[in-house]
Amino acid sequence: MTARRPTLAIFKFASCDGCQLQILNLEDELLALAERVEIANFLEVSSHAIEGPFDVALVEGSITTAHDAERIRRIREQARTLVAIGACATSGGIQALRNLADAAAWKAQVYPHPEWIDALPTSTPIAEHVRVDHEIQGCPVNGGQVLRVLVRALLGTQPDLPTTSVCLECKRRGTACVVVTRGIPCLGPVTRAGCGAICPALGRDCYGCFGPAADPNPAALLRHFEAGGLSRADAVRRLRHINGWRREFRGLADRLEGRDG
Amino acid sequence: MAERRGGDDSGSVRVIPVGALARVEGEGALHLVVDEGGRVAELRLQIYEPPRFFEAFSRGRRADEIPDLMARICGICPVAYQMSAVHALEAAFGVAIDPAVRALRRLYYAGEWIESHLLHMTFLAAPDFLGLDDALQIARLERAEVERTLRLRKLGNRILILLGGRSVNPVGVRIGGFHRVPRPAELAELGDELRRARGEAEALLRWFGSLPVPSRPQAVELVALRHPSEYPMNEGRVVSSRGLDVAADAFEETFEELQVPHSTALHSRLRRDGGTYMVGPLARVALNADRLAPAAAAAYDALGQRFERPDPAASVFARGIEVLQAIDEAIAAIDGFEPPSTEPAWAPRAGVGRAATEAPRGLLFVAIETDAEGLVQRLRIVPPTSQNQRQIETDLRALAPSALGLAEDRLRRVCEAAIRDYDPCISCATHFLTLTVERRAAPCA
Repeated sequence: MTARRPTLAIFKFASCDGCQLQILNLEDELLALAERVEIANFLEVSSHAIEGPFDVALVEGSITTAHDAERIRRIREQARTLVAIGACATSGGIQALRNLADAAAWKAQVYPHPEWIDALPTSTPIAEHVRVDHEIQGCPVNGGQVLRVLVRALLGTQPDLPTTSVCLECKRRGTACVVVTRGIPCLGPVTRAGCGAICPALGRDCYGCFGPAADPNPAALLRHFEAGGLSRADAVRRLRHINGWRREFRGLADRLEGRDG
Repeated sequence: MAERRGGDDSGSVRVIPVGALARVEGEGALHLVVDEGGRVAELRLQIYEPPRFFEAFSRGRRADEIPDLMARICGICPVAYQMSAVHALEAAFGVAIDPAVRALRRLYYAGEWIESHLLHMTFLAAPDFLGLDDALQIARLERAEVERTLRLRKLGNRILILLGGRSVNPVGVRIGGFHRVPRPAELAELGDELRRARGEAEALLRWFGSLPVPSRPQAVELVALRHPSEYPMNEGRVVSSRGLDVAADAFEETFEELQVPHSTALHSRLRRDGGTYMVGPLARVALNADRLAPAAAAAYDALGQRFERPDPAASVFARGIEVLQAIDEAIAAIDGFEPPSTEPAWAPRAGVGRAATEAPRGLLFVAIETDAEGLVQRLRIVPPTSQNQRQIETDLRALAPSALGLAEDRLRRVCEAAIRDYDPCISCATHFLTLTVERRAAPCA
């Protein structure tokens, strides 16, 4: 071997493991990837763990405990490039619904002894704790996008992920628009491309799991849906979902609920 | 910085950090306390995976949002969570299911069993048998077997993609059926691939048969679903190797959950006698061997002596048998497929629905209460790993005395492998385990 292989570390915080699994689901590329980079830390699949620094760290999950808030700082110090992957890491995830609720009451609903549970009242994205070099949105992330960002990071160039909406992917696939043809309240127009527009292709609404597209206008979209009969409560539920803690969705949901005074 | 947690030395108690336990799904640690006489004084499987409060935030959500929300519990087995919840909602609303939908659901389950079992067999378990760190190291020695695993996993994922749009957090399920029914040509093409895969799955299982898979028999009560005529996936009665036989609706009266200070996942036990029990592929195969399709039944017979006594270490073979079973279930669902004659239809009503299905890791129970508008008022999820936790601790307590004399690294590997037999999916229950051993020093005379 002529040169040191770049090191890749993958870390998990509060999450379902699905984004890490998307890397393992790269069935055709996985073995080649493992030959090109040294996997320094990937506890879901390997007992082999070496000390940093790492060329690239991929971080899945949100910060929900004081211990994890400290752990992400140590990972940041060890990572040349830190990439937050998935809705939990980039928006706090579905578990960020607690941020608006009485977290103590939630603990008591699930556990007979809530005092034994060490959990912060909030679930927050990685970027609220440390500097993040790149974010890959999606619940789960698109494995091909992870691969592209990884290659770019190792080449030292900027990633080229789409910032457009799911609508463009529907057009490319030739999927008839479910809003126009069937009046379904689809979040595709404000949701970031990357999933391949799978929901409209199955004949259903996009529910925003890839998070906001660049400069979305969810207020106009939901006004349109409310005019078509969507209730205010359902409009708020659409926003307070997997990426509900993202500013673009949270601010509007707060306004619709009258939370912003 | 590697993900390792250390211990400390304090007073007369010696804490030996033995390193991280990897290749499990979720975050946890194992804490062993050894007394002056060299006996196990305490043993705790600590799960500190931060809770995400699914049961709390689902309150007030609409019933039709539940399949998408439940998928997020586990990236590896989203189908099982979606489907247990959908079955419970259908019970609450009194929804009749078209036979074609039922067939597609068995196909959907089969896809998840294939991808999840193969992940565990080759990526999580096989390195133990070969003394390696991971499947990437195996690929340097036995590349054909790792490639075979990846091809078979891809086929399982293809089933999920066909019905759900993607394999992680699939989006195709709705109350009463699927958002889109596959076209006959799509199913036929998949059926051809599945028929070709049967031989590959048999070859992979033969390879596992050639590996030095240890034996760790335990006196364990096995619990699984049982159906009058089918291998259990989406319905059946709850039965056990010690004579338990109750309707799935009676789950809550039969089993109880309790919280222990060292785990964010609730523990389960039998109300009958407070006993621990095991759910998962080993329990399913042992209690339903007479329901296996011919290829899986032949594999079961060939491995017969591994199933004579309950042995959690034989779980890897049970997974291989179930991969074969899932391939044949998928083929059967496709070959007899007639498109549904009705569109999924349901109306909300106030009610309670309960359902148990078989996740890759074992029986998964869900109870949902809704109001008249179909808003969720109460959700209870009992995942397989919660149910297995106490049994894992029991197994380790039985195993530890003979292993305490081993060097720390060997001790850690033995304990890890015993935990891994259960394929614990800790992120579901509420990833990695650190083993600490406290050796209480003999008092100075």
